[in-house]
Parts: sequence; structure tokens; C-alpha cells
Amino acid sequence: MPLSTANEILPAFQAVPWVVFFPLIGLILNLLFGKRFGEKFSGAVASLATLASFGVALSLFFALQAHPEGASVPFLQWIQVGDFVVNWAFRVDTLSVTMMLVVSGVGLLIHIYATGYMHEDVRHNGDPGRYRRFFVYFNLFIAMMMILVSADNYLMLFVGWEGVGLCSYLLIGFWFEKGKDGIANAQAAKKAFIVNRVGDFGLLIALFLMFQHFGTLEFAGVFEQAPVLAAATPGVLLAMTLFMLLGVTGKSAQIPLYVWLPDAMAGPTPVSALIHAATMVTAGVYLVVRSTPLYSLVPEAQTVVMWVGALTAFFAATIAIAQFDIKRVLAYSTISQLGFMVAAAGMGAGVAAMFHLTTHAFFKALLFLAAGSVILGIEAGHARAHAHTDEHGHDDFDPQDMRNMGGLKDRMPLTFWVYLIGALALSGIAPLSGFFSKDEILHAAEKDHLAIFWILLITAFLTAFYMGRQLVMVFGGTVRTRAAGAARENSAIITLPLVGLAILSALGGLLNFPGSWGLEHWLEHTLEGIQPSEFAPLTALISVLVALGGLGLAYAIYAVIQPLTDYRQPDPLTRLGVLWRGMANKWKVDELYHAIIVRPYEALAHFLASPVDQGVIDAVSGGLAWLSVRAGEGLRVVQNGILRSYALLIVLGVAAILSYLIWMR
Amino acid sequence: MVPASYYLILSVVLFVLGALGVLLRRNALVVFMSLEMMFNASNLAFITFARMYNALSAQVVVFFVMTVAAAEVAIGLALMVEIFRSKRSVDIDQMNTLKG
Amino acid sequence: MTLSDFLTLLPAIVLLAWGVIMLVVDLFLPTNRKGITPLLSGIGAAAGLGVNFALTGYSQTGFNGMVVLDGFASFTNTLLLISSLFAIMLSYDYMRRMNIERSECCALMLISTAGMMIMVQAYDLIVLFLALELFSIPLYVMSGLVRGKISSEEAALKYFLLGAFSSAFLLYGVAFLYGATMHTNLAGIVSAIQGGAVQTVFLMLGVALLLVGLAFKLAVVPFHSWAPDVYQGAPTPVTGWMSVSVKIAALAALLRVFVIAFPSVAAQISPVLGVLAALTMIVGNVLALVQTDIKRLLAYSSIASAGYLLMAFVPYGQGEVASDSIAAGLFYMIGYLFASFAAWAVVAAVEKEDGKGLQIADYAGLARRHPWLAVAMMIAMVSYIGVPPTLGFWGKFYLFRTALEGGLVWLALIGLLTSLFSAYYYLRVVVVMFMQPGETEARREVWVNLLAVVSAGATLLLAFIPWQLLDLASTAFLRFP
Repeated sequence: MPLSTANEILPAFQAVPWVVFFPLIGLILNLLFGKRFGEKFSGAVASLATLASFGVALSLFFALQAHPEGASVPFLQWIQVGDFVVNWAFRVDTLSVTMMLVVSGVGLLIHIYATGYMHEDVRHNGDPGRYRRFFVYFNLFIAMMMILVSADNYLMLFVGWEGVGLCSYLLIGFWFEKGKDGIANAQAAKKAFIVNRVGDFGLLIALFLMFQHFGTLEFAGVFEQAPVLAAATPGVLLAMTLFMLLGVTGKSAQIPLYVWLPDAMAGPTPVSALIHAATMVTAGVYLVVRSTPLYSLVPEAQTVVMWVGALTAFFAATIAIAQFDIKRVLAYSTISQLGFMVAAAGMGAGVAAMFHLTTHAFFKALLFLAAGSVILGIEAGHARAHAHTDEHGHDDFDPQDMRNMGGLKDRMPLTFWVYLIGALALSGIAPLSGFFSKDEILHAAEKDHLAIFWILLITAFLTAFYMGRQLVMVFGGTVRTRAAGAARENSAIITLPLVGLAILSALGGLLNFPGSWGLEHWLEHTLEGIQPSEFAPLTALISVLVALGGLGLAYAIYAVIQPLTDYRQPDPLTRLGVLWRGMANKWKVDELYHAIIVRPYEALAHFLASPVDQGVIDAVSGGLAWLSVRAGEGLRVVQNGILRSYALLIVLGVAAILSYLIWMR
Repeated sequence: MVPASYYLILSVVLFVLGALGVLLRRNALVVFMSLEMMFNASNLAFITFARMYNALSAQVVVFFVMTVAAAEVAIGLALMVEIFRSKRSVDIDQMNTLKG
Repeated sequence: MTLSDFLTLLPAIVLLAWGVIMLVVDLFLPTNRKGITPLLSGIGAAAGLGVNFALTGYSQTGFNGMVVLDGFASFTNTLLLISSLFAIMLSYDYMRRMNIERSECCALMLISTAGMMIMVQAYDLIVLFLALELFSIPLYVMSGLVRGKISSEEAALKYFLLGAFSSAFLLYGVAFLYGATMHTNLAGIVSAIQGGAVQTVFLMLGVALLLVGLAFKLAVVPFHSWAPDVYQGAPTPVTGWMSVSVKIAALAALLRVFVIAFPSVAAQISPVLGVLAALTMIVGNVLALVQTDIKRLLAYSSIASAGYLLMAFVPYGQGEVASDSIAAGLFYMIGYLFASFAAWAVVAAVEKEDGKGLQIADYAGLARRHPWLAVAMMIAMVSYIGVPPTLGFWGKFYLFRTALEGGLVWLALIGLLTSLFSAYYYLRVVVVMFMQPGETEARREVWVNLLAVVSAGATLLLAFIPWQLLDLASTAFLRFP
């Protein structure tokens, strides 16, 4: 039942449902007409839908300039059970609109990129129906993500949370018939979904606790009542925030639930860029920042969040150093950067977290898309190089393995330059955007949490190191395979979005430039109790030096001391022995989980399936059925076809009724 | 004056006898006669009550009942004739093809 | 006899007159033109329906308070007339095919329906008895209509003897009620009971015997034994019509008499009713599990339906629940009517001349050759189980709700469990039709197929407006004296 819109809500704000509905319309159009009108139609519709969504977000942005306190725009009455009311309402405030702009803006560029990328994919691998399916899922994702960030209450947020999880599953397993043994991609999708489920369980428990103690799930209501609860039983609030953290570690790939993200690279590169770098994984960070009023009441929870973030950042960075798949490096890098954001949120530096979220969206999407460009170039090169021969090693060639690349600087110059910008931004080199955002986080850490500061600083060093390693391996040095030699730059539809993102990565620092502090003033209206930021030149200098040091070391090792000339050559760092093997094997975390969680669970499932389900439960229901049939056949004897016995039955019935009535009198 | 309760007891006895007749006899015609006896037991009950309360309406009821009984006779006998044509007997225990 | 009296019974009178006229007309019809009679009877039934609609909303008594016209009567009359129309559609081709084309059948059906309508409108126990006999006797004849087929004759004899047996009980009960209250008129009984001048022994005796008589017609255990045999032996259209109309009439009479006249004995009677309902549900469903003949299966299924109806009727003595009881019962009958006719139409279509085609196994693969019939049967079966989105679901839902309102949790539980059991034998038919290999032939005659489709469609489509239908059933108000 639609709610009547309140009169005092600004008309401009009332446009907010369209951020969700434009992508939905796009996906419906694609579902109905995509097959008939072909590729160009699908791509165009999807991109236009995202553009429209971005347009609405932009209009909300401008409207908020005049009314920065925002509003809640009710839309539908959803649940009403007794006193518990949950409506589908949209929250228009600076925080949600920031997320909307990031999602739709970066999403738009990635959509445009994807039209070209998927065209190449269909060209190489056939199955044109895929194209339409891809954009249907893509638009569905945008719609779900918008529901998540525009939610006015935790339940709608959860709806969006689950929705993006679903889209993630659908898109990771997009090439469901590919992968090792024809099933690896599907398994990666399944892993993502199941691991996220564990996190969702935590989030649900938190929601249940909220319902139990607050009686409402609306942000406003919860935040209002939280201080009372904190004073009365702080333990409950601690439990709430910690369970919410579990959900965050699932969605934002922190310890211990990060294991799905590297496997998620099985999906197409635009998916990795949009979902697993720029938007979906940031949902957890958004949740923590949105719930700042809750976390700020429980300092212990904040500490836990901080440490989880910092340790994840460090841990992931170590793994990234030893990976050879170009996307895996970026995946672990994403986990690491998310750790930065989560740590920032835990420190109470919500602005820093959101700033880094935004800049990270820019340069990580850029890096992924550029990596996709590289992969496309290598694939095309491979096809070109082996066009005249029919080598059977065709299927073993991994276009994503960095060892098969090298020297692409000259062959794919545009890609190289944008990649360089992205890498430098990620490493935190001034004056690119990453520098400003990372510096703010480091500064916030330095002020109160020195241990965190050191961990993050070392992580920054490692970050610069692995990015440098990647740059040299992919673009520098000598060409290591014929495929790399035959690589060419890609078409404009692929390279233009790269340029757009590169510009954003370069200039993104202006969002919260020291002095103007644009983002901080912007977010102040929503997040209370933000300490005004300052610019500390010393921290900035240290972080730049650390980054330069990392880059320099990488250059030294990979370009000067032991340049890789052959794709079979081992990595120079192998001499670190055990350390190297640990890093390359992801510290065997997956294997650990498999041993202590997956195997016992499968054993339990087997046990329940065979002896319990088939043995006991089926026996019971089978027995019941047997019993009733026996009863039926027994009763059948009474119906013997002889009239007199029927009459006797009637008389007995009468006698019974009469005797009962007389006896009862 | 014979107490009304005697008539009522007689009516009950008649009814029970009729019911027993239906239960125990195998000849369809005899069963039918027992049914008629049961109807007449009710008639007797009606008249007794009418007498007890000095009301006329119940005595009229008897006419209705007799009419209905007559209609049933017509139908019943017609059915029995038809069955006799097929089976050459009116033994109701032999009518047991439909069972279970 | 004033005009108002005439109006009170007008639908029944129309039907009676039409039936009698048709018997006379039949004398003058040549043998090869007997096909006109169904058409004529259809017109008669339609006329009755029209008159009934014209008289809705009235509330009056007639013939010195012996019959009554109220919302309840109008509603049930509508159901009975729709049922007879459907029965005519059902019997049209069947009678001709089985060589029992006789116009008596349709005339008798009209007369019998008139009898049912009078019974529903009866305000006097004697009128009730007379009307009961009026509708029963043609039924005895119609059951035995297939001369030469021993099963039909046997069915007729059994129905007749047992029917007369139970009518005797009913009459004796009326006698005792008269003895208890000095009235046979419901109004008189009510005032006598309220006045307090009753002999309780006679009252209880009378109520019990009255209940037995009506329970027989409703096919409640342990008075149900006639139903499987009679349903199986009688010609299919007659069975189909009987299974619906007689139940509606018996239920309506039961509701009217007990709610108006005997709320005071409800406390003693309710346990009896409860046990009867429970037994009926259990026995009906359990015995249906082991049936292989489709007509017998549907017979036990209708016995089980009577159980559910009785379950909602048990708490009739608690004031607020009584109206819910009535509304739920009437609503269930709507769903039962449509589902039954859909099922029986398919049975009539699949049945062969020599009586073959009546085993469940004979339905194998029906979906392949006759998808419409198979789907209609499936909808009917699903409605019987009580699965949404069919009327049967809503019917059972309201019945259970009424039972729970009356505080009869144990009864509702039994009802639920037996409904669960029933899913087996209903779905077995569906499985055989859709998933077993075979090539079953069915009649492609237009009226039967039309009936199947229309009935099944109604079961499905009306399920989307249950609240309106329930409101309609609630307007079936009882006129209290």
C-alpha cells in the first residue's frame, strides 16, 4: 500500500525512488526486448539506465546543497505487524547521496566499458545471448545497490545487501561452464554466496537484537534509543555491533570472511571492477559509517573493528606480493584497501573512510578495467600470434598470468599510462587522490592509535611494492611471450572510460582537499561528532617517502637486479623461501577453512542424509503411510456389501448416541 | 383409562421390533413390512401425544405419514419387482456385488 | 392460501409444476425426440433460478408459518438450482449413450430439487419430513434407472431400504419432539423450550433421532454405509448430482433446525457431534486411501467432506460462532459444488458404455489426449485437498477457523491430519492422468466438456474473491421466529 507523501518533503527529494527504478526499467526492457534488438540495444539501454540513475543522484546532490539535512521519503508500506512497522522509505542525506553518486557514476563508466568488453567476449567465445544476460544482471545490481544505500531502515538495507549478494553470485558465475574442470567458476560463485551467508547471519542477529531492544529498525529510531540502551545494558549494544561487524567482514572481505573475493575474480573484469572493487564490497564500510552513532557508544567494538581492518590490510598486502594473476593482485589489494577503510571507520574517522572509499572506487575500478584491457590485448595477441599454427597449447595459455606479459608499455601505451596513474594513486603518491585519502587515515591513526599507524604504514609500503612489481612485470622489461608481442591497444569504447577514471583518480583529492575540506563539511550534516581534520605535513611526508621507497624497491628488484626475461623464470623473491611460499599460497587459509569447517560439515551432512534422513525420517513417514493403508483395508471389511450389516451399523450408532445422552443427563 | 405411557411403550416396542425385523430378516418384502411397522410406531406415538395434549394437529400428521408410506410402498415394490426380474430372488443378502 | 404464501414457495412450485408437466409432455413425445426433455428441464431450472433471484432479500413465513423465505433459503436454493442445471448438462449425453434416455429422469430431477428446496425452507418438522421424502423417493428411482444392470438395481434397493430406515428414525424423533414441546413448528418449539415446559427425556431423544435421520442423508459415519455402494451403482450423472444436492439440502436443514430450535441442547449434543465429525473425517479419508474405483473414491471423499462440514457445525451453540458456522458451511458448499461437478463431468466423459473406464488405472495418460479434461480433474482434486488457489482451500480454511473459534482444537487437528492423508489419493489420480503412459479416450461431447471446464474454471477463478463470496454467504441470514 503506497504511503502518502508528506507535504513538507521537497519535490526534488521525492525523485529519489528513481535511482532504483531507472535500472529496474532498464533490466525489464532488456529482458523483454534485448533478444530482438541485439547487442547495441542491450548495452545502450543498460548504460542509459545507469546514466539516468546518476542524473537523479546528481539532482539530489544539488538539492541537498540547499537543504543539507536531507529527508526520509516514504514510498510503500511494507510490514505492519502490531507495533512493528517497516516501510520502504528512501533516505536522502549527504552520506547516502555520496554513495549513490559513486555507485552510479563509476557504474556508468564501467557500463560503457562493459559494452565493448562483452562484445569482445562474445566475439571470442560465442553465445550472443550472454550479452543481454550480462546487462540484465548488471542493471539489477545497480538497482539493488541503490536500494542498499538509499534505505531508511536496516531491513531495507538488508534487502539491498542480499540483492547485491545475489547479483554477485550471478555475475561471478557468469561463465558458469568455464573454469577448471568446467565447474570452477560456478564453485567460485557458490563460495562467494555461502561465505557471505555466514556474514549475513551475523547481520541478521544484529537486526534481531535491534528489533528486540528498540522495537524498530529505522535508522532514526535506532540511533535515538541507542544511548539509553548503552547506559542500561552496554553488553547488548556490544553484541549488536560485533554481529554487525561479522556481516561487514563478509561483504567487505575482511578477516575472517575475505576468502571469497580472490576466487570472485573468475567473473568478467567489469564485474570485478564494479562489484568487487568499487561498490558492493564498500557496502560494509558504508554500514559501519552509517551506524557510527551505535559504534561510538561502544569503544570496545570500535577497537575490534579497527584491528580487524588493520590486520586484514597487512595480511592481504603480504599475499598480493606473491601473486602472478594480474587480477588476483588487484583482488588482494582491494581487500587490503578495504582494511584501511574499515580501520578508519573503527577509529571513528568516518570522513576519512568515505573519502578513501570514493577515491578507491576511482582508482581500483580504473586498475581493474585497465587490467581487463591488458587481458583483452593479450588474448587478441595470442589469437593473432597463433593464427597460422594450430598449437594445442591454446587452452593452457592463461592471458591473466603476468609472467606471460611484459613490455606492453610500447604496445598498449594508453593502457599503460592510465594504469600508471591508477597504480600511483593506489600507492599514495601526491598529488593523486589516493595520497590525500590514505594520508587522512594515517593521520587519524597516528593521533590516537600508534600501533595501528605503524601497521598501516608498513602496509602502505607493501602496497607500493606490489604495485611497482606489477607495473614492471606487465608493462616494463622485455616481452616474454609471442602473445604479448602481438598485443595491440583496444578500441575507444574500452579506453575512453579508462581515461575518465584516470582523470577522476588524479583529481579526486580535490574532494577533501586540506583547507577546503569539502567532503568533511558535506558529511558533517549526517555524521555527528566529526572532529575537524587537519593536514599534518609530517605524516604526509612520511607516507610519500614510504610509498616511493616501496616503488623504488620493486623497480630495483624487478627491473634492475633480476629482470624477468622468460615466462618460466621464477620470481626473484623466491629466495625468501618459506616466507615466499606462504605468501604465494595465500598462507593456506582456504585449506585451513576446508579442513576445520568444510570437511566436518560435509561429514555431518552425509551422516544426516543417510542414516538419519533416509533411515529414520523416511521410515517414520513410510511407516505412517503403511499404517493408514492397513487401517483402510481393515475398515474395508466392514463395508461388506450386505444391507443388513449397514442397517446394523446405523442401529449401533443410534444406540451409542442414545446411551451417551442418557448417561450424561 | 389406559395411561398414555402404555401407548408410548407399545410404540417403542413396535419400533424396536420393526428395527429388528430390518436387521434380521433376509426377505426384502419382510424387511419392507418391518419398515412399515416402524412408521406405524411413530404414528402411534403421534396419536398418543395428541391425545395427551388434546391437540388435533398431530392426528393430522398421521395422514401425512400414511401418504408417504404409501408412496414408498409403490416405489419399493417396483424396485423389488425389477430386482426379481434380474436375480430371480428377493434375498437381500445376495445383493452384495457393491462392496469395499 | 394467500399470494404471499405462494410467493414464499414460488421457486419450488415452479419446479414442481414444470416437472409434472414434463411427465405429461413425455407421453406425447415420439421416442426419437426424447432429447428435447433435457432442454426443457434446463429451461425449467433456469426459470426457477430466475424466480429465486427475484425473491432474494425477502424475509417472510408462509402457509401459517410452515415454510419460510429468508436469505438462507434463497442462497441454498440458488446452489441447488445451479446444481440441477449442471446435472442436466452432465446427463444429456450420458443418458443417450447408456440407453437410458428417458425423460423421467429429468422430470424426477426437477421434482426432487423442488423437494430439496422445500426442505431447506421448512419451518415445521413435518414439512421437513415430507420434503425429505419428496426428494428422496425420486432419488431411489433415479439410482435404479439403468434397468438390467445389477449394480444400479442393487444401489437403488440399498438406498431405498436404508433411506426408509433412517426416515423412520427421523419421524420417530419428530414424534418425540412433539411429545416434548407440543409443537412441530420451529417457532412453537422455540417458545416451548424458552417457556421451560418441556420433558427433557423426550427432547433429547427427539433431537438425537432427528440428528440420525439428517446425518444419514449427509453421509456421516456411522450412517454412511449406503453412500459408497449407491454412488458406485447409480448412473454417473445421478451420482454427481446427488453428491452435491443432497448434501447441501441436508446440511441446510441441519443448520436451520438446530441453530433456530435447539441451541439450548448444544452443550449436550456438541460432544456427540464432535465425535461424529471426527469419525467421519477419519473413516472417510482412510477408506478412500484404498479405493481403486473412481466413483467409490469420490464417494468416500464426499463422506470426508461431510466430516469437515460437521466439524464447523459442532460449535453451533455458542452464539457468535453460529453465524460463522453457517457462513463457513455455505461457503464450503460453493467450492464443493464446483469441484464436484468438474470431477464428475470428467468421470462421465471417461466412462465407457459397458461400465468400463471407472478404475483409476483407466485414467492413465488422459492428459495426453484430453488436456482440458485432465486439467479440470486436477483442479477438482486440488480443490478437494484444499490447496490454494482453489475455492476448496478457502472453504477448508474458513471451516477450520470456525472450529478453532469454537475452541475445538483437537477436531481441527484431526481435520488437518486427515486432509493431509487425503492428498495421497487425490494426487494419485493426478499422477495417473499426467505421468503414466496410456491413451485414454474420453467423450468429446460438448456439454460434458463444457461443464468440466466451466466448473473447474469457477473453482479456480472464484478463489480470487473469497471475501466477497463469504460476505455473500453471510447474507444468508436465518429468520428467527
